[in-house]
Amino acid sequence: MASKLAELDYKVLQQCMHCGMCLPTCPTFDATGKERNSPRGRIALMRAIADDELALTPKFAEEMSYCLGCLACQTACPAGVNYAELFETARSEIHTTLPTSRSEKFWRAITLRGLFRHPRLLRGVGRILRIYQRSGAQQAFRRLGLMRILPGNLRLLEPQTPTISAAFSPELIEPVETPAGGVHHRVYLLTGCMQDLLFASINRDTADVLLANHCQVLTPETQPCCGSIHAHNGEQDIAREMARRWLDLVDLENCDAIISNAGGCGSHLRHFSNLLADDPDYLSRARMWDNKLRDIHEWLVEIDLRDPLPNPSATPRTVTYHDSCHLAHGQKVVSAPRKILRKIPGLTLVDLTEADWCCGSAGVYNITQPAESERLLARKIDHIRTTGADTLATANPGCHLQIARGLKESQPAMTVAHSITLLAEAYRQENAPNPS
Amino acid sequence: MTTPPAPSDLNKSDLLADFAGIVGAEQVLSEPEDIIPYSIDGTAALKQRPLAVVFPDSTAEVAACVKLCAAHNLPIHARGSGTGLSGGSVPSPGGIVLCLNRLNRIIQVDAANHCLRTEAGVITATIAQAAEQHNLFYPPDPGSLKISTIGGNVAENSGGLRGLKYGVTRDYVMAITIVMADGRLAEFGNACVKDVAGYSMKDVFIGSEGTLGIVTEVLLKLLPKPAARRTLLAVFDDIESAAKTVSAIIAANIVPCTLEFLDQITLRCVEDYAKVGLPTDAGALLLIETDGHPAAVKYEAARISEIARETGASSIRIASSEQEAADLAKARRTAFSALARVRPTTILEDVTVPRSCLAEMVKFIAEIATQYNLQVGTFGHMGDGNLHPTFLTDERDAAEMKRVHQALDDIVTKTLSLGGTITGEHGVGLAKKPWLKQQLGDASYDLMKQLKQTFDPHNRLNPGKIFD
Repeated sequence: MASKLAELDYKVLQQCMHCGMCLPTCPTFDATGKERNSPRGRIALMRAIADDELALTPKFAEEMSYCLGCLACQTACPAGVNYAELFETARSEIHTTLPTSRSEKFWRAITLRGLFRHPRLLRGVGRILRIYQRSGAQQAFRRLGLMRILPGNLRLLEPQTPTISAAFSPELIEPVETPAGGVHHRVYLLTGCMQDLLFASINRDTADVLLANHCQVLTPETQPCCGSIHAHNGEQDIAREMARRWLDLVDLENCDAIISNAGGCGSHLRHFSNLLADDPDYLSRARMWDNKLRDIHEWLVEIDLRDPLPNPSATPRTVTYHDSCHLAHGQKVVSAPRKILRKIPGLTLVDLTEADWCCGSAGVYNITQPAESERLLARKIDHIRTTGADTLATANPGCHLQIARGLKESQPAMTVAHSITLLAEAYRQENAPNPS
Repeated sequence: MTTPPAPSDLNKSDLLADFAGIVGAEQVLSEPEDIIPYSIDGTAALKQRPLAVVFPDSTAEVAACVKLCAAHNLPIHARGSGTGLSGGSVPSPGGIVLCLNRLNRIIQVDAANHCLRTEAGVITATIAQAAEQHNLFYPPDPGSLKISTIGGNVAENSGGLRGLKYGVTRDYVMAITIVMADGRLAEFGNACVKDVAGYSMKDVFIGSEGTLGIVTEVLLKLLPKPAARRTLLAVFDDIESAAKTVSAIIAANIVPCTLEFLDQITLRCVEDYAKVGLPTDAGALLLIETDGHPAAVKYEAARISEIARETGASSIRIASSEQEAADLAKARRTAFSALARVRPTTILEDVTVPRSCLAEMVKFIAEIATQYNLQVGTFGHMGDGNLHPTFLTDERDAAEMKRVHQALDDIVTKTLSLGGTITGEHGVGLAKKPWLKQQLGDASYDLMKQLKQTFDPHNRLNPGKIFD
């Protein structure tokens, strides 16, 4: 992938024939009604830069930061414009060309170059945070108002700091787990960064549903970040480094699939061959990787998952499903999660209005664009409340956190769960004693 | 015709401040990053940067902006969502774009009188939905209905997939409110079904492409919603059998609501995007919809199937659900954009011929493509003779673009020799200006120019469109 708009294959820019079909699906255009805040407008600016009609200005940078990168436009686009590539190229060029502010340098150094590059360090910090949260220190800190020492946006976010998992994935999942009833498939399970830190139990659930469907599950203990957060924020080189680490780690020839259970990661993970297009040493393996990468829902439907048996003692629930942008628009996995949810006995799935409209989480968008993020969250919560469901299912840790936080602020209480957790519970309940 | 006006010597920041005084500072854009996206509309290879983009919120604000432009002799370009296909809303350099998408209120749905009053910036699909809530029907459905504005539809007299049975935007406009070139307001028409008081002035403005006045409000006619509809997909080995089927259906005195045609390149692109199960090995497809009383729909669908089989359809699929029918129509609406998958530049034509000449015209387009060594995808509203031959090309290849223009010239000449028109529904704008005189002949062309001069003597309203 080129790192500059002018070096980009011009065809990618030209592919946009500015018909405007993307406009009604773009949350930021919906908010302002100004073309600049739309996919068509942003591409017009990128083309102006590539054509030397516009310099790469701070205003353009602002605009690319305002874009959620939700890729709803990519689903809407009949012409097949690869907006994800344009978006990442633009952000990368901004990052390498324009000076960055001190606070941005600060969060970039800590997150992109630090934590999300070094999985052991990330888990270490996770352990410290866990102790901080459990020891009561967090409460004490908050009472003392010590949060004031954090930089502006982070201070606003501190109350949103999610609870760290009680145990991380390696404590919950063996490196190799083999199903009791015979092995039909051999798959790798990617545990993710956020997913591991905050929702390690979802990784356990994913392993369980794979085992229940005759998949041997390989889960390397120390896994690199997928690099999605880097690519999304203009750090293409680190993203490439992460991809190479993955390709070195996995025995591609001897597995049937590589499973991701986080929409945001999966969307990036399945395009390693684009990322490494200029790397002859890795390109062919990257292609093989891309061919084997599957979202968990997609994979289960592909191998025709087993219907969970009804358990009369299970409590019936009403569930509505929110599409993670990068699962629906980035990976086009839309029907599989719904199919899976409908298979769960006692579960009624109700439609969510604007289910595939961004919740405002969008990677680090809630840090970089807090106002727009909150507006989108409020809109999402309104629609969720209207369904009357008791559970919101979704399949991406960013959405999970964001929506759970939004729901906390109103009544009645609602559960937020990964769709695979609901399936895992249904399989577990098959074996639960039946009170008769 | 006077030449497009040169902006008088003025201080730009004062001018912007004056606009801000009318609409508010946030509703005036002039920085390059803000206005570059308004250099284009849905037309290929046309791009011109305006001086500023202004977003009025009411008819009164539009009028005030027009007066300000008049005072400074500035070109004014009204724009909705910028989805036009002839460059109608591409600004002139130094012009002011009046973007009307804040005029987004439906004023009233008058179910008793089957009409709806709306501001010009309301999205076409929103109007259709509002009508449907009252069990009424707004038929015009241009391909871009999800984002096009009704003001743009009226200014361009947009068609759509239902033109054959239900006509075009013009047939649903009962009244329009216009801001004239000097900023005066005028309303033409009313809620009466019959009205012959003076000239039918509203018809002068419908399809005038923003060159005679700016539409800010419209009163639209609605119909009762058809009780039933059925969608059929007829598959053919070649284009000519499809064209023959169309002629046979019409000769049998059946008027389907929709009679759409896709050639092989187009249907492959559409399927690639929409994945609705179109047979990609077919030579051509007809998407046919009949609507009305359930008994009539049943009879027509059966007759159409029969006729299609007799005239060479290799198979016929009937949509089994409303969802499937809607998906097929939606897929068809993406045809033009989906064709952009093939080559970098997509140049869309809009020629229309009397329906009895369809087979001849379709054949001619295919021959021209071969003769000039060009790739052409053809689709269109076959039921009303409106074809969209679409050149899949690359604007950076000067030699190929020259051949495209030669091919277009030949297609236009053929169309006119068959008694057709250079544009069925996209308008003249910038893109078809070179051929208008060829179609109209001297007297009617001059009369049109005189009309323009009467309404806009200083050539401020969308200058450079339709005529030079």
